[in-house]
Amino acid sequence: MKQPRGARREATEEKTKTMAENKPETERLDLAAVRARLNGLHGESYWRSLEELAETEAFQELLQREFPRQASVWLDGGSRRDFLKLMGASLALAGLGACGSPAPTSEKIVPYVKQPEGLVPGKPRFFATAFTHNGSAVGLLVESHEGRPTKIEGNPTHPASLGATDAFAQASILTLYDPDRSQVVTNAGAISTWSAFLSALNRELEGQRPSRGAGLRILTESVASPTLAAQMKTLLAKFPQAKWHRYEPAGRDNVRAGARLAFGEYVDAQYHFDRCDVILSLDADFLFCGGGSLRYARQFADKRRVRAGRAEMNRLYVVESAPSVTGAMADHRLPLKPSEIPGFARAVAARLGAARKTKSEQPSPRLARWTDAVARDLEKHRGASIVTAGARQPPIVHALAHAINETLGNVGATVTYTTPVEDNPTDPMASLIELAGDIEAGRVALLIILGGNPVFTAPADLRFQGLLSRVAFSVHLGLYEDETSARCHWHIPEAHYLESWSDARAYDGTATIVQPLIAPLYGGKSSHELLSALAGQPGRSGYDIVRDYWRSRNRSKDFELFWRTALHDGVVAGTAFPAKPVKVKKVQSSEFKVSSPSPQTLNLEPGTRNDSLEIIFAPDPTIFDGRFANNGWLQELPKPLTKLTWDNAVLISPATAERLGVSRRVGARGGEHGRIFVDVVELRYAGRTLSAPAWIMPGHADGCATVTFGYGRTRAGKVGTGAGFNAYAIRTSDAPWHGAGVEMRKAGAQYALACTQFHHNMEGRELVRAATFEAYRKNPDLARNKQHEENATLYPGFKYEGYAWGMSIDTSACTGCNACVVACQAENNIPVVGKEEVTRGREMHWLRVDEYYSGSIDNPETFHQPVPCMHCENAPCEIVCPVGATAHSHEGLNDMVYNRCVGTRYCSNNCPYKVRRFNFFQYSDFATPSLKLGRNPNVTVRSRGVMEKCTYCVQRINAAKIAAEKENRPVRDGEIATACQAACPAQAIVFGDLNDKNSRVAKLKADPLNYGLLTELNTRPRTTYLAKLKNPNPELKEKEEEGAG
Amino acid sequence: MAQIFHPSTNTLSKVSIFGGIAVIAAIVAALAAINRSSYVTGVRVARAQPVPFSHKHHVSDDGIDCRYCHTSVEKSSFAGIPSTKICMNCHSQIWAGSPMLEPVRESFRSGRSLEWTRVHNLPGFVYFDHGIHVNKGVGCSTCHGRVDRMPLTWRENSLYMEWCLECHREPERFVRPRAEVFNMDWQPPQNKTDRLALGRKLVQEYGIQKLTSCSVCHR
Repeated sequence: MKQPRGARREATEEKTKTMAENKPETERLDLAAVRARLNGLHGESYWRSLEELAETEAFQELLQREFPRQASVWLDGGSRRDFLKLMGASLALAGLGACGSPAPTSEKIVPYVKQPEGLVPGKPRFFATAFTHNGSAVGLLVESHEGRPTKIEGNPTHPASLGATDAFAQASILTLYDPDRSQVVTNAGAISTWSAFLSALNRELEGQRPSRGAGLRILTESVASPTLAAQMKTLLAKFPQAKWHRYEPAGRDNVRAGARLAFGEYVDAQYHFDRCDVILSLDADFLFCGGGSLRYARQFADKRRVRAGRAEMNRLYVVESAPSVTGAMADHRLPLKPSEIPGFARAVAARLGAARKTKSEQPSPRLARWTDAVARDLEKHRGASIVTAGARQPPIVHALAHAINETLGNVGATVTYTTPVEDNPTDPMASLIELAGDIEAGRVALLIILGGNPVFTAPADLRFQGLLSRVAFSVHLGLYEDETSARCHWHIPEAHYLESWSDARAYDGTATIVQPLIAPLYGGKSSHELLSALAGQPGRSGYDIVRDYWRSRNRSKDFELFWRTALHDGVVAGTAFPAKPVKVKKVQSSEFKVSSPSPQTLNLEPGTRNDSLEIIFAPDPTIFDGRFANNGWLQELPKPLTKLTWDNAVLISPATAERLGVSRRVGARGGEHGRIFVDVVELRYAGRTLSAPAWIMPGHADGCATVTFGYGRTRAGKVGTGAGFNAYAIRTSDAPWHGAGVEMRKAGAQYALACTQFHHNMEGRELVRAATFEAYRKNPDLARNKQHEENATLYPGFKYEGYAWGMSIDTSACTGCNACVVACQAENNIPVVGKEEVTRGREMHWLRVDEYYSGSIDNPETFHQPVPCMHCENAPCEIVCPVGATAHSHEGLNDMVYNRCVGTRYCSNNCPYKVRRFNFFQYSDFATPSLKLGRNPNVTVRSRGVMEKCTYCVQRINAAKIAAEKENRPVRDGEIATACQAACPAQAIVFGDLNDKNSRVAKLKADPLNYGLLTELNTRPRTTYLAKLKNPNPELKEKEEEGAG
Repeated sequence: MAQIFHPSTNTLSKVSIFGGIAVIAAIVAALAAINRSSYVTGVRVARAQPVPFSHKHHVSDDGIDCRYCHTSVEKSSFAGIPSTKICMNCHSQIWAGSPMLEPVRESFRSGRSLEWTRVHNLPGFVYFDHGIHVNKGVGCSTCHGRVDRMPLTWRENSLYMEWCLECHREPERFVRPRAEVFNMDWQPPQNKTDRLALGRKLVQEYGIQKLTSCSVCHR
């Protein structure tokens, strides 16, 4: 394959010369050509995008340019203004030049009046707290510089974190400093005060007293705080007729209903992937979603890491509709339409004797093969397997999964059940429907909305927005003045979780006391304080409320000791729920009968006429249900797998796209580098229509479309307003996750998406190396064998005495969850550039996660490759810098000196790994005061015209070295964790000293799976990778090949 | 054809060529000199402060150790500017009514910080750590000069990178025994050989490295 490629490149060079005059306009993607090309490929081949497979010349030329033509010209004035607005950059920078010299200035030093005890100026302190997301908590250690929280790390002692964090938790610190947060109490849009609100509230409450609160409704999100639940109980005791509703757009309704169906009561399932060898995921994205996902990712990766002597590796089967993070890790992945998954689950259950067979079903041969192979594998691993169902799946699938686990004897071994984390849980959708009904019937006089944004997130059929205006007195407590605030009489600014006292339970029940890192920036109130005001105690502080709750719960004699220990550790000892013995009920066979189309409709051949599609709703992978819409870090974070930024899209399979005539074209004009012009499609579903851009997603199930909700905000703030389309507009309360009967057609228009998948391409030179576990056992050196011999040199090599820093990235463990990317952004003051700039290939992330695919476009294998700076020992960037702004350190770091850089960009041109980022404009916001608070004081905030790149977190290296030198000892292995390494839930990234032969990184580099990128260039990269191992089921593999052949 | 130029123009041209070079050299030299002069660097220019604090008085006359006020100098990158509370430890007892100290008392009463004018200022892209320098035997007076003789504080050295590198390249010329770091009066041995011998011994003993890589200070 290599030979013709090289020859072809020569030919293209000829052509590009002639094409240089008239700008190359890439052609529309031709999926038929892609398929034809793929069929012609043999052996291992990896591809990044469908365009790359189509191999049009214009696209090839586009990829070969580091900075595409005219990239340095800002073309359109309008968008420039938008951008400036977005970034809030200002001319105040003019005076910045003065900062560049040590000459005396009139700068002031402002010491404390009374320095707080324990604080050493210049030394960060860490405080334990917790981030609550979608009803469960992740324990954190938050770095604080003189009272300003700057960086979030995971708490190693917290069961849901184990030291790791996800992208949401990492980015939540930016929300704290968001200048668009609401800052004042408003009444009907006019500025008011907290005390004015309290008196208005009291009048209303007095009116409610005679009816014992019959008109009072409180709407919250799912509540993981035991204190809040207790407060609510007190309030409901005072107003027995009042009701507490809970709504979460990405709620766990189906999980609960499934448990109830299986056990007759609601219990939470906890999985132990560390004891598990075979996993069947029924649309469960357990590595990415849910309260235990960080822990699960760690356990899953630990069972996948194959090191010398290990003879086992776990195996993951995933059945899903839309490609997910978990699906990308699967050894076998089966894309099925949503309606087919229950049938599959049932077939597996029947095969294992967990459910009764029905006669009517006649699965297709392919499905039958799959069912047999999976069932046999599960059977072989009784007590060491897990079947898990995703939150989107209907209750029956959950019940079947529970039944299979019980039949296999997994309960107690790999699966345990506990009482639910949420106090007295309710079904969120049912709860909202009830509230809407009550408002409609005029039974609600006083509605208090604590957090959330129901006007935006409620299903369309409830018409919540209109209903809200029927309530006589409505209050919204929120971080932003959003869509809901605009419809409520009162808006109260909410205190961010880093500003308030609270508590929260993790997925296993472990409680953490949430302590504030900073006083509320805008005088915000917490839910606790507002609830306390409702209960007639308006003055009580959040601290008192939380502390008093725990005092009432405390059984030890010394409460102060208990309280301080809990605060220090970040977990309240002994609060994890014990396992609860439950038994799967004899379920009526009728309940297990699946009322969906029979699986005969499987394997829709390309070209089959079937205009009706199924629809899948899912929360957005970066801005979630819309709550992070104004978070620039998350908006610009390339979404896992699709690599889209700043937008959502309708995901459809290549076959479905072909049928609908939907395609796309990569823009190539004016430096467009990631601007993808896609067809807009019109979705007709349940009497509603929605126009949205369509994205062709390799591996998506045919005959269905995935829409992610969270985008299309109208009042999110400067960053999020107007981005994407609103999928809530067609979501209905009766079918919040899946629906059938969607009509989709091309609307004729085109829409530009910003996708990073086409950026920083390294042109398939064995960048990804993968093998099966079986092949590895036969020949452990398979990755190394491919490696080029180290190039000979006439010059003697530099001898690194002392430390020699290096990094190893395990591609078998990496799930592509993006936590590292945001962690890097937070640690290194990396700016946000905006959609327009991303389309020009100018995103600033120092660390990117490349996606590679192999195999058919209908169900490819996926490979993730995080790419930071390689810190080459023979760095190509260094020799071309005319001003010596990038130089090698004596410890092997490729240093970047901002103050020397004049912005020639030669280094970036000469970097084969494409890891250097250039500040084309003033991306860093020097003007907004609140953003200054959140910056890492140990990293320079870069200005315009400067090149930057990954430094291996040199500030952390230096801090650790200084600490070690003071104690007269070498830096210990593991003492330095780069930001990406610290955040990684799968521990895929290991950093350390290569000169220490006992260090973890040195051992990994000695592993036979170790390989470097583009080592044939004799760059001697310090960052290397461990080849990816997969563990396919031989039975299934052979047959799949037969089937394909 | 008659000569257009008189023979003397030969001399003139030579003079103007070499003179021109000399003038340019002089300008460069002058610029370099100006750049290193106290006009630009602020070296030995005492700066006005909200309270005319005298290191001379507090260190020489009173014998207060540096670390009494600069509390974090051994622990942190930042040496620490004393909080108002530290001033008031003594000044609530002595000179308690002095009008000169009114801003200090006012700060203590109101809780508003004193705003001192920065004397030693590094650019934003330079990261200096006091703690490690002090721990490796770099004396206060090596960089800050005889603070004990400064009635108002000034900058003793330019803080230019060339100045930093003097020591980073040849630490043996500047280090002193750890015990003498805070001693303002410490003098290295007069004899050059002895001085270097002591320096080399300390460099060995303290494990001092010649750190000249960019990322040591710039990041």
